[in-house]
Amino acid sequence: MSTATSPVVQPAAGWTLPYRGKVAMACLIFAESAIFTIFVVAYLFYLGKSLTGPTPREVLEVPIFYSVCLLSSSLTLHFATKFLHGGKRGAFLGLWFLTIVLGALFLFGTAQEWHRLIYERGLTISTNLFGTTYYALVGLHGFHVIVGLLMLMIVLLFAFLGRVGPEQSARVEVLSMYWHFVDAVWVVVFTVVYVLGR
Amino acid sequence: MSSDVMTIQKARTADRPWVESLHEWVTTVDHKRLGILYILYALVFLVIGGIEAIIIRVQLTRPHLDFVSPQVFNRMFTMHGTTMIFFVVMPVLFGFANYLVPLVIGARDMAFPRLNAFSFWLTALGGFLLYFSFLGGNGLYGAGSAPDVGWWAYAPLTSRAFSPGHSSDYWTIALMVSGFGSIGTAINIIATILCMRCPGMKLSRMPLLAWLYLIMAGMVILAISPLTAAQIMLSIDRYLGGHFFDTQAGGSATLWMHFFWIFGHPEVYVLVIPAFAFASEIIPVFSRKPIFGYPVMVGATVCIGFVSMSVWAHHMFTIGMNSYANSFFAITTMAVGVPTGIKIFNWLGTMWGGKIQFKTPMLFCTGFLFQFLIAGLTGIMLGAAPFNWQLSGSYFVVAHFHYVIVGGILFALFAAFYYWYPKITGRMLNESLGKLHFWLFLIGFHLTFDVMHIPGILGMPRRIYTYEPGRGWELWNLIATIGAFVQGIATVIFVMNLIVSYWKGQKAGNDPWDAWTLEWSVSSPPPAYNFASIPTVASRRPLWDQKHPEDPDSRYE
Repeated sequence: MSTATSPVVQPAAGWTLPYRGKVAMACLIFAESAIFTIFVVAYLFYLGKSLTGPTPREVLEVPIFYSVCLLSSSLTLHFATKFLHGGKRGAFLGLWFLTIVLGALFLFGTAQEWHRLIYERGLTISTNLFGTTYYALVGLHGFHVIVGLLMLMIVLLFAFLGRVGPEQSARVEVLSMYWHFVDAVWVVVFTVVYVLGR
Repeated sequence: MSSDVMTIQKARTADRPWVESLHEWVTTVDHKRLGILYILYALVFLVIGGIEAIIIRVQLTRPHLDFVSPQVFNRMFTMHGTTMIFFVVMPVLFGFANYLVPLVIGARDMAFPRLNAFSFWLTALGGFLLYFSFLGGNGLYGAGSAPDVGWWAYAPLTSRAFSPGHSSDYWTIALMVSGFGSIGTAINIIATILCMRCPGMKLSRMPLLAWLYLIMAGMVILAISPLTAAQIMLSIDRYLGGHFFDTQAGGSATLWMHFFWIFGHPEVYVLVIPAFAFASEIIPVFSRKPIFGYPVMVGATVCIGFVSMSVWAHHMFTIGMNSYANSFFAITTMAVGVPTGIKIFNWLGTMWGGKIQFKTPMLFCTGFLFQFLIAGLTGIMLGAAPFNWQLSGSYFVVAHFHYVIVGGILFALFAAFYYWYPKITGRMLNESLGKLHFWLFLIGFHLTFDVMHIPGILGMPRRIYTYEPGRGWELWNLIATIGAFVQGIATVIFVMNLIVSYWKGQKAGNDPWDAWTLEWSVSSPPPAYNFASIPTVASRRPLWDQKHPEDPDSRYE
């Protein structure tokens, strides 16, 4: 047998391939982006086409504080993974916990807003086209925040048990890619719903 | 070494109770077993979808026939289309991807074996849900069983008012669930190809099979996701009282069409690119020449991938878009023809001057080339907006896309079955039965689908339940039905061949076709770990290098 497929193990020097976790998460982000694109297109397409009220201008209030919470959670997560990589367990745990708190605050803000819209303004998913597209788009994003929070909490749990060290930092970074994506989507949703759509 | 592996495996399987091996198959995460599960699952649905096609054809044999009721007829064409696209062609292509991709790139498994198993079982659940609608679709009202809204399920047919009961929900959920499975497998394929290649397997040395599956998986991610989004919206409409596609509340039926075809047209390329992949592996081996224009083949496929994302509205010329949109989509549709033409040219260039061996896989590939070309030509005809206004929604369209899917994709798939069956089972498929299968299927195919263009031009609409005599459609429909039965018989021969050859077929050995890619370097069937040691490659044809050390390909790269 010649070199091609022989069992001679050649040193694979210089043969490095991308980390599969990152590639897979990038693919998932592409797929999710396509889903969000369709929902955003539907939202924009139906702007101003509702046959009855209420309209976005009448009922929507810009959730600036909670948006700042969500976006800054990206920052805390970024530094948390850096500290994990550098082996600083305390700083990692603290920032990771702060990320979860900020994400949860954002969800609380959404819940408050929905409560106000439903019980004070009478806007439900079946009221008009605005209601349908608004709850679908913001709800889809909120669903992703919930999934992200659950995964962040699982990591926190393992971290408290002492199972997350610098050797896991590549995996933790994959999760942080997802969280950054969820935050980036909020920038789009915020722009579309609260800036362009109002 | 490899033969030892085989005997050990046999000795182990011989004296085990069947429950244990069933358990092993159900819980497997091995890419080869999952590949086989995908393929078997698809073959079961191929038979089911084929029976539905035969029912449709029998109903249309003569005017005023009453073989099935109109309601059943609607269910048959809906289920036939949905089954064939989502539960036959997609899973069988994923099955081959699962089986072959790790082998051709010199890996021991997919990047995420458990995700792989999860994706398969999601797809399986999707098919089960779709067919469970025959039992569970009724709801409380006796409102019809299986979905009957056509495979593209245009609004407002799917609204609560026109589709009471649960039939449309089963359709929606089946496609959503299997869609998640498809996205999972696509992610897995991309991660495997980008991250698991053996040393030396640079992107520029990858077999075209891996390249084309990489592009196909990328398209799955970008095409299935919009469908999933649209299905979520449809579920919101049906269950939460939303108005996405509810025209009475200002919603738009056209939006559903756009969303569906943003998925629907790239989907055609998702299905055909693996067919290209099979042809690109099989034609060189049986022409005894390396593939002609490898970089151009890759480039053309990437090109198809991009352009095909912007052609979807050519399915919608008749809904009344403005002339700019019509021109745009007509031009992009024509543009896809260019890279596709390049590919056909390159396959012919591979055959040109080669020592062609017309064994069964090569016969099917030759049929594929010829028929895919004709399908492309009728596609160009339909892509011209004014011509499309005349023929949209007629049997001409049905004939066109069956030419693509049966004449192109299915022929390439049959070629793949004959080519890789020896690798998967260790036995050759019977060559005479294979030739009989080819010629019968070829005759049946042309009887049905050549002739089907004519009633389309004469004005026969698709999905019509029955028709009046005296419109000149009778003879063509009769011939098409006869052709359907010939194809049915050919398929029975094929399935018989698959079953009989599994026990009686000639032993294949590692490399029955004297081929050049890595899967042929291991035993047939390959051991669970694929490669005892991970190979190192130095060219696009590692086995050629190994067989011809005096003149290796690597010298010319």
